Order: sequence, then structure tokens, then C-alpha cells
Amino acid sequence: MSTLSMAAAPVQADTKAQDNIVEVRDITKFYGSDIHALSSINLDFPRGQMTTLLGPSGCGKTTLLKIIAGLLEPTDGQVLVNGKQVTGPGPERAFVFQDFALLPWATVLRNVGFGMELTGKPKAEREAKARHYINEVGLSGFEDKYPHELSGGMRQRVGLARAMAVDADVLLMDEPFSAVDEQTRRKFQEDLLSLLANEKKSVIFVTHSIEEAVYVSDQIVLLSPRPGRIHSIIRPEISREISPEDIRRDKTYLDTIEEIWSDLKKYLE
Amino acid sequence: MADTTFYRIVSVIAVFIAWEIAGRIPISVAFPTFSSTMTALYDMTADGSILRAYGQTLQPLAVGVLISGGFGVAIGVGMGLNRLFQWFWEPIFVVLQASPVAALIPLITYAYGIGLTAKTVAVIMLAAPIIVLNTYKAVRNASPSLIQMCRSFQGTRMQEIWRVIIPNAAPVIFAGLRLGVAAGFIGVILAELLITPTGIGDLISYNRSIAAYDYMYAAVFTIIVFSAVMVGLLEKAEINFFRPEKKKGH
Amino acid sequence: MDVFGIRIPPVFSLLIWITLWEIAGQLELAFILPPFSAVILELFQLITRADFQSAAWLTFQSFVIGMTISIVAGITIGFLMGSSRMANSILGMWVNIFASAPLSSLVPVLMLLFGLGQTTIVVTVVLFSTWIIALDTYAGVNHISGSLSEMGKSFGASRRQLLTKVLFWAALPEILAGVRMGLIRAVKGIVIGQLLVSVVALGRLFRTFSDNFQFEEFWALTIVLFIFALLFSSAIGWLEQKVEYYANTRF
Repeated sequence: MSTLSMAAAPVQADTKAQDNIVEVRDITKFYGSDIHALSSINLDFPRGQMTTLLGPSGCGKTTLLKIIAGLLEPTDGQVLVNGKQVTGPGPERAFVFQDFALLPWATVLRNVGFGMELTGKPKAEREAKARHYINEVGLSGFEDKYPHELSGGMRQRVGLARAMAVDADVLLMDEPFSAVDEQTRRKFQEDLLSLLANEKKSVIFVTHSIEEAVYVSDQIVLLSPRPGRIHSIIRPEISREISPEDIRRDKTYLDTIEEIWSDLKKYLE
Repeated sequence: MADTTFYRIVSVIAVFIAWEIAGRIPISVAFPTFSSTMTALYDMTADGSILRAYGQTLQPLAVGVLISGGFGVAIGVGMGLNRLFQWFWEPIFVVLQASPVAALIPLITYAYGIGLTAKTVAVIMLAAPIIVLNTYKAVRNASPSLIQMCRSFQGTRMQEIWRVIIPNAAPVIFAGLRLGVAAGFIGVILAELLITPTGIGDLISYNRSIAAYDYMYAAVFTIIVFSAVMVGLLEKAEINFFRPEKKKGH
Repeated sequence: MDVFGIRIPPVFSLLIWITLWEIAGQLELAFILPPFSAVILELFQLITRADFQSAAWLTFQSFVIGMTISIVAGITIGFLMGSSRMANSILGMWVNIFASAPLSSLVPVLMLLFGLGQTTIVVTVVLFSTWIIALDTYAGVNHISGSLSEMGKSFGASRRQLLTKVLFWAALPEILAGVRMGLIRAVKGIVIGQLLVSVVALGRLFRTFSDNFQFEEFWALTIVLFIFALLFSSAIGWLEQKVEYYANTRF
């Protein structure tokens, strides 16, 4: 496990010719005139990898994610996707919501296809693709059901399928598993990893769970609160060869969790 | 569930029995018994006068509700989507909603005479504010999460309005229409009692004037029943079309 | 709305409507619509008149008595509805029927039974406002988190203590909302009652004015009533704001 602790210069030292899907430059965010949510954030998100934004409440991780998504405007700074600056939502990015945000009056099939519906894809193509991803997330047979007929975990899978169906380069996930129970949550983490292994997407993930961050991520960005700043960047380097259950008892995994926990403890009042 | 229906029916029967007893005491000269009211009701149904009366009453009600519904929803949606529009219309409708606009009903005759138009105006006066305000609140309170989701997938404003906001607001808009119908019904009856007697209002006034209290009460009884049935049907339609999660057995 | 960066509250749009009224009146677009300024002048005259004052006082008294009865009755019925499923389904049925029925059609019946005086006004107020108070109270009771009641019981609260120290206050935001709606309906009820009766108090004044084409007076009286309704409603709204701080954290 290698840790890069950034105190003064919060830019990754060895960028070299690293291929970054998203770059964040000097992002600052104020809500009104007195709430300083983010302060001069500089980050690179490597292509094809899962980066997690982790930190206690008030550290601005969801704010940063939404700025990257184009759903919030930064007070200052830029977001670059594939090297080009972006100011709003775009086809390269797809968002997965904490509260699922499914249309309650639409079937699973229509919900999964909603992103494609908005960009004008023809119906036949939409439905075919939707069915493919519904199958990928394990909801085959539920195409004609409505959200109120599904459990929380199933609804989130619909949200995930919807985000994958628009063929974005990067998935932005806002605490996607926090609204489901612990057992489902663990299964989701495992399923997500295997899903992404097939799809080769970049992911930016927000969570407040240290275990979750260490379990799924290639790189963890620790943010400190009020105002949000980068505290450190950690690469857990956990071998994916071992089985999912064994990972949770792997020494590297457990040590990383402990180190992050003792690091973040001081921010909890 | 069969349990509750049974007790409800029991309570209804209890009320009818109490009514019968009260009429026999009698608590007032002008208070007919339940049985004589029902007999009068049967009479009026048999000779078609009830049907004719409702036929007349429902005309301005239907027209008035259609107009206030159509314009009301349009204005309400506009108010929900555009802050300037809201600024302009909200106070006037809040005032109309909170004030006893019924006070203005006698004035209608001076502007619109005593015919169908006048009664339709009465319906609109009472129904429109409720419909507008309900629609406006529904649109303004549309789920911010769903709107943000739509934006995240690059939805245009038009798509946001038609594919997310309006369907999201639809159940509450429909509830507003239901309230509008109930208010409009009050409007038409008041118009019939105050402006010129037609329809069911006439049945009430006429029978009161000839002291045929059982007939008068029968007419009032039909109004209560009609209103309850109408509102009940609209509620069922609302659950059926807009809130499948509330259907029994889901 | 902002003009040159200055926030203009929505109430000011009413000024636009009033200006339109004034213009329409000055241009004599409709003989039933005198200029707003004339109406306001008349309003100040009206409130000094003895016949208005006695009519208003009578109406106000009946209003207060009636509202007291309907608040007590409505809250009681609402709590009863929340206490058991049986009570809810039976009482609920009746409350809903009356809350949505055109109660104005019952006013002629009331007039027959209770005469043309103050009693009828009181009964009208009770009839119009009780149901919505009951419905909103019930909604408030429903909102109360089950764990609040359990907490009270676990500390040994008697049924009465639970009701008065916990449940009533927990449901208060909805109760106040219901009272506000009930108030508005009661005022409407009074007006309708007066219009239909029109031989006593304010109803007679209305009748007189409209029969004699005294439209300034008619509108002045109407505005007085409107203002009365709005003032009362705002007063309750103010109370509602006082309890709003806990309304959202009752889960």
C-alpha cells in the first residue's frame, strides 16, 4: 500500500503522461457568502479507475461530485473532461443518485431507457439496450414493473443500469448504496466490481464509509471539512485475485482502514 | 375489511333511525321524518323531477369546471414554472381563495343576467382559485431530485417540463380539480338559490316556499349523496390513474 | 421578483390589480364596478355607521362562539379518528362526506330549524368549519411518530398526560393549519348564510346595497369581509410559524 500525503501541494506528483478522464482545477465553492464548501481543489481522476471521495459530513464530497457532473456551478475553477472544459452535464458523464431518482410512473424498462430517451435515441434501440443492461444488473423479468413494486436495492440497480445505458465514459456515484441495508450493500459492492471489470468505465464514487471506500477503490481522496480541502490521497493496492470474502479479512485492507480511520478521527466533533 | 364496511353501514342506519325519531317528536315543525323524506324522494325520482333538476344544474357546473380547469391548470403551471408569472398571479388568487367570494354572486346578475352564463360564472369564481393554487403548488414542489436526474442526462427544459415536472405534479393537480368540482358545485347551487331558481336549487326554494318540507329535505339529501358519490368516484379515478401504489392489494 | 436588484414582495402585484380596478372604475367600464378610490372612501364611512357596527358585532360574536365549538369538536373528533381503526373508518366516512359536501345547500334547512337569528349563524360556523379541523387534526395525529407515544408510556405517562403533554403538541402544526382552513370556511359560511337569509345583520346590509344599486357601499362591505377573513387567517398563520421549528423533525 502506498500513501501520498499532501499537506502543501495538493497536486499529484507523478502525473507524467497519465491519462486522466476528469481533471479538476482550483475548484472553489461558496454557498451564499458565508458557507465555504470547497477550497481550491486540484485533482486528477485516472481513466479506467475507480476514485473515491471520502470524508466526514461537511467536507464537500457530494458538492464536488455534482460540480464535476455539471449539476452545480463552482464559484471558481474549472472541470476538464477528456481534456476539454465542461460547464454543464454532458454525454461523457452519467450520474447515479443516492435516492435513486426513478420516475415513479414509468416501468423499469422506460426508466432504464430514460437517459437515451432524452438524447433522442430511437425507441427500438433504446429498449434493446435497456434490456441488455437490465439483464446485466440482474433484474431480468422485471422490465414491466413499477418502482413502487421494487425493493430499495432493486431500485438502485435500475438507477445503475440507466447510468450505464448511456455509454458515458465516467460514472459518478453519489453514496449509491447508503439507502439500502448492510447485507444488500455488501453484495452491491461485490457486484459493482465485477460489473465494472466487464464494462471498463471510469468511476468517481462518493461515500462516507471507510470500508466501502477501501473495498472498491483504486484510489481514495480524503477530504477534510469546513472548508473542503484535499487531506491526502491513498492507493489501497489490494489484490483483486483473492475472493470477495477474503478481501475483507486481508491485512492490507484492514490496515488501510485503520490508518484512514485514525487520520479522520480528529475531524469528528 | 368487510368488517369496517359493516360498521359503516350500521352507523348510516343509526343516523337514519335517529333522524326518524327526531322527526316524530318532532323537534321542529319544519323537520320531516326520515321516512316521509324518503317517500318524497321516491316521488320526485319517479316523476323525473330530480333528473330534470340535475340536468339543469349540471350544465353550468360542467361548463364552468371545464373552463376553470383548462385555464386554471394552464395558469397554475405557468405560475409554477415562471417566477414573474407567479409574482403577478399569486396574491390575487390567494386573496380570492381565502375570501368569501360568494358575497359577489348577487352582483353577477348585473353583468351577466340570470341565465346559464351567470351560473357558469358563479362556478368559475369558486372553482378557479382552488385549481390554480393547487396546480401551482404541485408544479413548484415537483421533485427536485427527479429534475436534477433529468438534467444529469442532458434533458432540455422542455423535456424537463413535459416528461418530469408535469407527470410528477399530475396527482396533486388532479386532486385540485377534484376540489374545484366540489367548490363549483357549491357555486352553482348558490347561484340557483340567489340568482334565479333552476335545477336542484329551485327544488329546494320552491318546496320551502310551499312548506313541503319533506320534498325540500329530499332535495337537500340528494345533493349530499350526489356530492359524496361524485367526490368518491373522482378519488377512485385519482388512485387508479395516478397512484397505483395506493391501490388495495398491491 | 427583482427590479434593478431590489426584491419586490409578491403582495405588490396586488397594487397592479388595484390600479387596474381604479382605471376600470374611472373609465366606467362596468356600472357595478366603481373606482377603487371611491370604494375605499366609502369604506371609511361604512365602518362608522351604526347599522354596520351592530351587524358586525352580532356576526363577530356568533363567529367566535361558533369557532370555539368547532375547534373543540374538530380536535376531539380528529383525535378519536386517530385512536382506533374502527373509529377512523366510521368517523372518517362521515367527516369526509361533510367536508366535501356543498354545505351551503344545508343552510336553508338550518334557517328553517333555527330561525333567522344568531343561533343560525353559530350553527353555520360550526357546520362549515368542524370537518376540516377534524381532518387536519387526524392528519397531525397520524404524523406523530409511534416512538413518541411509546416513549411517553415507557416513562409512565397516563393516558391523559400522554394526550395533553405529548400528542396534542406533536399534532399542533397540523391542528393550526386545520383551524386556519376552518376559519376561512367559517367566514364563507357566514357570508353564505347571510346572503341566503338576508333579513338580519350583514346579510340585510348586502341586500339593501345591491337592491339600491349602492355599489360603492356593496364593495366596501365586501372588502371589509375579505380583510377580516385575511387578517384572521394571517393570525393563525403567524401561530403556525411559531411551531414550525419542530414541524419537520417529527419524522
